[in-house]
Amino acid sequence: MKVSLTRRYRFAASHRLYAPQLSEEENRRVYGKCSNPYGHGHNYFVEVTVSGAIDPETGMIANLGVLDPFVQDHVLEAFDQKYLNEQVAEFAPEKSLVPTTENVCRVIFQRLKKFSAAHLERVRIEETSNNSFEIEEGADEAA
Amino acid sequence: MIRITRRVEFSAAHFYHNPNLSAEENLRVFGKCNNPHGHGHNYALEVTIAGEPDPTTGMVLDLKELKEILQAEVIDRMDHRHLNYEVPELSGQIPTCENLAVAIWKLLLPRITQGKLDRVRVYESPDLFADCTAGNSVRGEARS
Repeated sequence: MKVSLTRRYRFAASHRLYAPQLSEEENRRVYGKCSNPYGHGHNYFVEVTVSGAIDPETGMIANLGVLDPFVQDHVLEAFDQKYLNEQVAEFAPEKSLVPTTENVCRVIFQRLKKFSAAHLERVRIEETSNNSFEIEEGADEAA
Repeated sequence: MIRITRRVEFSAAHFYHNPNLSAEENLRVFGKCNNPHGHGHNYALEVTIAGEPDPTTGMVLDLKELKEILQAEVIDRMDHRHLNYEVPELSGQIPTCENLAVAIWKLLLPRITQGKLDRVRVYESPDLFADCTAGNSVRGEARS
């Protein structure tokens, strides 16, 4: 039997999908409206799944009193109410990493991997209620 | 293989308290959830069964039958109950959603004879849920 715990968080941010190695026309063709130079925003939901043994003393895999501030400090503080392309280090212009939600997912997984109180299993992000992206343990080796 | 999922809801009270810890430690570990008067949630339970559809009925498991099992094993035991005092399956445990998922898994496992119990998901709120699955990862082994 395997048990996991999933906590849902939210942040709001703006981004622009633009690959500097492509021309303006190619960017428009690939990203469409998402390449609008002024950017646009979303209300993102982030689901963080951790697994591990249930501590018999607390009945918990991870105490939300520990997980919530960790996610707050390592992700929400950095992403909420920000322009991802310029205000989140991993997407700084010199990094040439387009802040698609695939890449946001991977960056958030990397940031949360430092969580030591339980095993990080999965990060799932809803960019809108129609689009979701997820990354699981072991799938991020290429990052 | 097809997975089918049935969702039911129940409302219950609980609080977190470990008698082996001091009052201060309980408050530090469990925070507001340690309030001895308890508090409550609208829980949602999603039960997933995996299997091949029966060639005659086209069903993995008749959802009506699953509904009756969930009524008998979960709703009748837990709906409008205090999880700390009225649910023997949780006795001696902190009634977190992790432990609740494990307890429900154990109640349902012997009752599912058609298809295989694949996942028990317990939502304590829309922002928090625990999954119990058949996986046998050592890391994920429930100790309780």
